Amino acid sequence: MLDLSSHDVLLVGGGAAGLRAAIAVAEINPNLSVAVVSKVYPMRSHTVSAEGGAAGVARQDDSLDEHAYDTISGGDWLPDQDAVEGFVKEAPQELMRLEHWGCPWNREPDGRVAVRPFGGMKKERTWFAADKTGFHLLHTLFQTSLKYNAVARYDEFYATRLLADDGQVQGVVSIELASGKVQAITAKAVILCTGGCGRVFPFTTNAAIKTGDGMALAYRAGAPLKDMEFVQYHPTGLPFTGILITEAARAEGGYMLNKDGYRYLQDYNLGKPHPQPVLRSMELGPRDRLSQAFVKEYEKGRTIEGPYGAVVHLDLRHLGEKKINAKLPFVRELCLKYENLDPVKELIPVRPVVHYMMGGVHTDPDGATPLKGLYAAGEAACVSINGANRLGSNSLTECLVFGARAGRAAAQFASVQRAPERHLLAQAVDEEARLQDRFLQKSGGRERLSNIRDEMQQTMEQSAGIYRSRESLEQAAEKLSELQERFQDAGLDDRSHAFNTELIAALELSCMLDVAESIIHSALHRTESRGAHQRTDFPVRDDEKFLAHSLVTRCPDGTPEVTYAPVTITRWPPAERVYGK
Amino acid sequence: MAEQIALEITRYSPERDKTPSMEEFEVPLRKEWVVLDALNYIKDKVDGSLSFRWSCRMGVCGSCGMMVNGEPKLTCATFLNDYAPGPIRVEPLKNFPVMRDLIVEISDFLAKLSKVKPWLIRKKEKPISEGEYLQTPEELDSYRQFSMCINCLLCYAACPVYGLDPLFAGPAALALAQRYNMDSRDEGKSERLDVLSQHDGIWGCTFVGECTQVCPKHVDPAGAIQQYKLTAAQEWVKSLLMPWGGK
Repeated sequence: MLDLSSHDVLLVGGGAAGLRAAIAVAEINPNLSVAVVSKVYPMRSHTVSAEGGAAGVARQDDSLDEHAYDTISGGDWLPDQDAVEGFVKEAPQELMRLEHWGCPWNREPDGRVAVRPFGGMKKERTWFAADKTGFHLLHTLFQTSLKYNAVARYDEFYATRLLADDGQVQGVVSIELASGKVQAITAKAVILCTGGCGRVFPFTTNAAIKTGDGMALAYRAGAPLKDMEFVQYHPTGLPFTGILITEAARAEGGYMLNKDGYRYLQDYNLGKPHPQPVLRSMELGPRDRLSQAFVKEYEKGRTIEGPYGAVVHLDLRHLGEKKINAKLPFVRELCLKYENLDPVKELIPVRPVVHYMMGGVHTDPDGATPLKGLYAAGEAACVSINGANRLGSNSLTECLVFGARAGRAAAQFASVQRAPERHLLAQAVDEEARLQDRFLQKSGGRERLSNIRDEMQQTMEQSAGIYRSRESLEQAAEKLSELQERFQDAGLDDRSHAFNTELIAALELSCMLDVAESIIHSALHRTESRGAHQRTDFPVRDDEKFLAHSLVTRCPDGTPEVTYAPVTITRWPPAERVYGK
Repeated sequence: MAEQIALEITRYSPERDKTPSMEEFEVPLRKEWVVLDALNYIKDKVDGSLSFRWSCRMGVCGSCGMMVNGEPKLTCATFLNDYAPGPIRVEPLKNFPVMRDLIVEISDFLAKLSKVKPWLIRKKEKPISEGEYLQTPEELDSYRQFSMCINCLLCYAACPVYGLDPLFAGPAALALAQRYNMDSRDEGKSERLDVLSQHDGIWGCTFVGECTQVCPKHVDPAGAIQQYKLTAAQEWVKSLLMPWGGK
């Protein structure tokens, strides 16, 4: 039997963006009923894994314009400059608000919040809580959210589709994991804060839950996905596990070394090596350029062959035990646990690893998508402030700034809308029937989920990795259509209702296949190289044709269609990206 | 064929089973594999119906706590090799109701967490525009350890008091209460004390210290609880001496 419940504003996802949005709604109008639907308990959300910090201007020698310029040049002039200007302005306020809510930010001896350098940033402006910033930020938000009685939670509910009435989004259909019951949750406005989709790749820093669910829900409901071809590889992941070694390790002074112990980044137009870290230079260059340099080093035969592919070394030894313990305790903990080595004395093997999606659900600077009633924020969304390459420590701040904005905008929208009508329930009934027919009651079904998933991930790595070409992308497009077809023949071992994690895995895989296709088709159409999107067959940036956001929409037959929208330029005309000068 | 290791895993489906039972699986013994990798291997290749929670696989999301050979562990940080030649017994976290296979019901903890008011309480809020509440590195250090709790609930599985008295607030919730009490920016200690001084609060703890031993993040809940008892006792004496409110 179907359950039905109703709210004014519904958040899907309980990470930093979702919780910030929920609190924003509760604060702007305590009479609104706001609910958070999340497939995990909110404190398990992937925000928890963010390490290095959150950017926001904090010092006299810094300025909003400099933060904006770093972000825009870091994004290879693809960010919308009006959005970036709003972002850098609200960033310090949002980070300060977290301080007032109890976030244990690191401090200067005089008690002020401390800031650290970060990649691609010309000034020190990254607020941090040791190297567990995301963890502290998420728990501060979650614990603070507990004091708002207006915030209801649906913990461990998986949203399977959006409810829409005449093109207006009015809630979700969800599965309560504990019971397997299908439940319609209606709302006057829905905000997707479901994070990215790193799991479409085999080697990623992303948690298991990062399967692009919100992107797929929006895409299927007719909302465009923007700039999906821009996939960030973080230059320093541990081999095999893909565990992230934070950029803060380099900001504190770590070196990147090739097999000869040589700081190879000096060969890639990133400046000259100095013993101390230099901002916007060498190891503090942007992530896209560092990951690309790794591939070039590999091609020159100057990487080290490890049991899980080529690696280079991250050297922290000269920082000393005291500094490592004070500023990078989690790095040490992770290395000791997972690599059985101590960075105080030993080199850390690292390789580029899929980390972040610059693309996402197309929104305006208030988080509104083109679908009435639907909003998005955080990694799931693309405003865009990240353009073709996100700078480290901008994403946690983005979750706060745009989570708050989307919350306020959705609250205002919800305040003047009529309650959704009961006939929406028919869509939920259909959805329940679909889940039964396709999965739980289905006879036959020969394909194992894990085989399809593995093949999808290998395809993405081979075809849409750090360097791409028409040939590789066309092969991937073909392979993904094959996998979509084979997914129709997937069979589950688990036909029960209570906590059927295999059913959820099937629904997640279906989301990932759709999102993977959107990435491949966007990448295929962009015949230039910009930021994290590098085409071997089109190696230069082409502003004439591609100073534009790609928008991928789903055609009625399921195929992706790519169009373009202009980039907003306010005060920083496109120029060459210069680092190390 | 590569070396194998046996896992004995609790299976339970509320729709099918009256009581949980154990099932044995063989998995490859790879030196870099943790128990969670073995569970995922089984789910992917052998039996897709095996159910468990996991997410980050780097010891920070707190999802994958289970009993491994009788001890509460984060399975993403527990290596198969340390248990070779096996078998390894994997069971759901003790002291919680089991929902399915290795998944336990934790809403009791969430309710208790809310009850200790784990947020910063101020008599008067300062406007954001006036900047931060100053806090020296030493002041930060005084509570930082208690702020490291990932809510994995290994401490509840280890706690003999929680096992017998489900009304006990439990180690993690009390450590988090203390995290805010010790925070120089907070002014809510007396509010929290009122909640915690009751029967089901800190007086239940017998200081056996199992919680501190199993904590993967070195939070030391037992230490937090002892600190707390001391403060509560002092406040109690104060309230006798100064009944008009010397707080």
